Amino acid sequence: MEGTLKKGRIIGLLLLLLLAFLLDISIGSIKIPLGEVFRILFSFHSENSTWQFIVEKIRFPKACTAVLAGFGLSVGGLQMQTLFRNPLADPAVLGVTSGANLGVASIMLAGGGSASLYAIKELGFSGSWLITCAACAGAGGVMLLVLALSSRLNSNVMMLIIGIMIGSITLSVISIWQYLSDPDLVKEYLLWNFGSLGGVTGSQLVILSLVVAAGLIIAFLSSKKLDALLLGENYARSMGLTPKKARIIIICSTSLLAGGITAFCGPIGFVGIAVPHITRSLFNTSSHRILIPACCLVGSVLMLLCDTAAQLPGFQTVLPINIITALIGAPLVIWIILHKNNLRNFG
Amino acid sequence: MSSDLTLLHTRDLQTGYLSGSRRTVITQGPLDLEILAGQLICLLGPNGAGKSTLLRTLAGLQPALQGSIEIEGEATKRLTPVQLAKKVSLVLTDRVASSNLTVYSLVALGRYPYSSWLGLLSEADKSVIEWAVSMTGIESLIDRKMHTLSDGENQKVMLARALAQDTPILMLDEPTAHLDLPSRIQLMRLLHRLARQTHKGILLSTHELDLALQVAGEVWLLQPGGQLHRGAPEDLVLNGVFEEAFVKDGVLYDKAAGAFIIHSDNTVPITLTGSGVAAFWTQRALQRQGFVVNTPGDSLHTVHVSEEGGVIRWRLEGKDQTQIYGSIGTLLNVLRFREK
Repeated sequence: MEGTLKKGRIIGLLLLLLLAFLLDISIGSIKIPLGEVFRILFSFHSENSTWQFIVEKIRFPKACTAVLAGFGLSVGGLQMQTLFRNPLADPAVLGVTSGANLGVASIMLAGGGSASLYAIKELGFSGSWLITCAACAGAGGVMLLVLALSSRLNSNVMMLIIGIMIGSITLSVISIWQYLSDPDLVKEYLLWNFGSLGGVTGSQLVILSLVVAAGLIIAFLSSKKLDALLLGENYARSMGLTPKKARIIIICSTSLLAGGITAFCGPIGFVGIAVPHITRSLFNTSSHRILIPACCLVGSVLMLLCDTAAQLPGFQTVLPINIITALIGAPLVIWIILHKNNLRNFG
Repeated sequence: MSSDLTLLHTRDLQTGYLSGSRRTVITQGPLDLEILAGQLICLLGPNGAGKSTLLRTLAGLQPALQGSIEIEGEATKRLTPVQLAKKVSLVLTDRVASSNLTVYSLVALGRYPYSSWLGLLSEADKSVIEWAVSMTGIESLIDRKMHTLSDGENQKVMLARALAQDTPILMLDEPTAHLDLPSRIQLMRLLHRLARQTHKGILLSTHELDLALQVAGEVWLLQPGGQLHRGAPEDLVLNGVFEEAFVKDGVLYDKAAGAFIIHSDNTVPITLTGSGVAAFWTQRALQRQGFVVNTPGDSLHTVHVSEEGGVIRWRLEGKDQTQIYGSIGTLLNVLRFREK
C-alpha cells in the first residue's frame, strides 16, 4: 500500500513537472498561450515566428537549465545532509561553490583589466565562456583540494569543518578583491552573484547536462552507501562500507553537480537545503534509491516555479533567481518544521 | 589451543590509540583471547579501562597496535571490509537519529554486505530479516519509525539488525546502558538464549556485574592497568580475582553472598536465629540498620525469626524483656529506639 502511495506521488510530481515546465515557458514579458507552447515544443512550428523564436532560443533552454539546476542542487544537498548527518548541510558546504565564485572573481576583478572586461563585453556577460571556464576552474580546484584533504581525514565532521573553512577563505579573498576593485567591476560581479538561468544555451546546455548527468549517475550508484551512512560512520564501517572511499565518491558527485551548476548559472542558494527536507516529508522514506529521483522531481518543480515567479507578467524587470529561491524555499521549510517538527532528523 | 569451536583468537594483542607520533597504549597487553562458538562473554571493567577500545579493535573498527587477530582462521588484517562484515556484527552506543528510518529498513540494512549494488533485497535476504525480527521479538515494531522507540526497544532493534547481518560473532558495546531493570534482564536473557540456540560467539561489555555473573559463560575482567583476567565467573569469584579488582576502590565483594557489601562499617553486634527466606531478609534489614549479624562475642539483642502457617513472627530478646513483632519495619523501629 505504501508502495502505491509513493508511485502515486511520483506520477503526480511528474505531471506537476510537465505543467511547471510549460508554465515557465508560457509566462514572461511576452505571454505565450499554453497551447501554443505545446505546439511549438512538439511540432517545432508556430504561426507566430516571434513566439517560436522566443520559445526555442530563450525560454526552452532556460526551462531546461532550471530543471538541471533543480536536479543537481537538490541531490547534492541530499548527499551532503546524509554524509555529514547535518540537516543544515547543502552543496555549498564543500566550498566548491565558493571556488567557482573565486574563479569568476579572479577574471572579473583581479584581471581588473581591460582585457577581461573587453572579453565579457564582447562575448556577452552571463553566457560568457570565459566566465564559465573560470568558474569551472575555480570549482575544480577547490574540489581537488577537498578530495586531497578528505583522503587524509578519518571523520566526516572534520571534513565538514574543513569544507566550511575553505569556503570562508575563498570568500574573504574575493572580498579583498572587491574592496580594491573598481565599483563598476564589482557591480558586474555582484550581478553574476545573483544567479541566472538565462545564459545557458546551445553547446553550454549540452555540457551542463552531461556534467549534471554524470553527477546524478554517481549519486544514484552510491545510494546504498548513503543508506548505510544514515546509521553513522561506525555502523556503516561494521557493515562493510569503507567510509573514506564512500566519502570521496559522494564528494565527487556533489562537486560535479554544485560546481557545474554554479559555473554556468552563478550561485543559486537554498534549493540544496530545502528540497531534501521537502522530499523526505513528502515521501516519508529514508531510502536514497527513492529519495534521489524524488529530490530531482521536487527540485526541478521548485526551480521552475521560482523561475516563473521571477518573471511574472506585469513586472518589467526579471528578478534574480537567487532571491526568489530563498523567498519561496524558506517559508516552505518553516512550514514543514511547524507541521512535522522533524528538522532535527535528517534521514 | 584452538579447536573447531574457536571463532576468534588473538595473539599478543595490544590495543590503544595512536595520537600523532606519540603512542598511547590504553589496553596493555599482550592479550591472548579466544571467543568460542555458543559462548557468551561479558567484558567487565571500570570506566576508562579500555573496554570499548578492546571491543572496537576486535571488531576491526580500529587497528591493533601490535599482535594479530584471527577470525575463523583468517587474519582480520587481510580481510576486506565486506568479508569482515560477514564475520562480525556490532551493536554500538551510537544513537541512530534518522526520522524517516523505519524499524524494518533499519533491520534490512543488516543485509548490506549481501545485498545488490542498489541495496535490493533477495528472497533469502528477506527470510533472514524475518528470522532476526522473530528472534528478537520485535514483530510489533517493524512499521514504527526509529525515533519513536524507547531505549529498550531501540536496543532490541539494533540487535535484530546485527542478527540480520548473519555473522558468527556478535559484539555489543554496553547494550544495557540507559535501560530500566526489566529491559536489562530481558536483553541479557535474550543474548544468553541466542548464544545457546544460534551458536554465535557473543561478546558484550557491561557494567552490570550481577547480571553478567548470571548469564556469562566467561568473564573478561579488564583492570585499569591494562591487565585482563578471564575465566568462568564463578572461578573468578572463588579465586579472589573479583574481590581484588574492586577492593582498590574501597568496594568489598562478599563471596558468600555473591554481592557487593555496602554496609561495611557496622559495629553493633546482634544475634539472629531462624532460617529460610524470612531470616535472609531480616539479616539484610539488620545490616542496613548498622548491626553486625552473628559475629562471635556478646550481643545485646537476639532476634528469632519463626514461621507458622504462613505467618512470620519476629521475637526480640533483650536483657530484661522479650517481645514479638509482626513486621521487620516495627522490629527496626524498636531497635532504633532502644539504641538511643
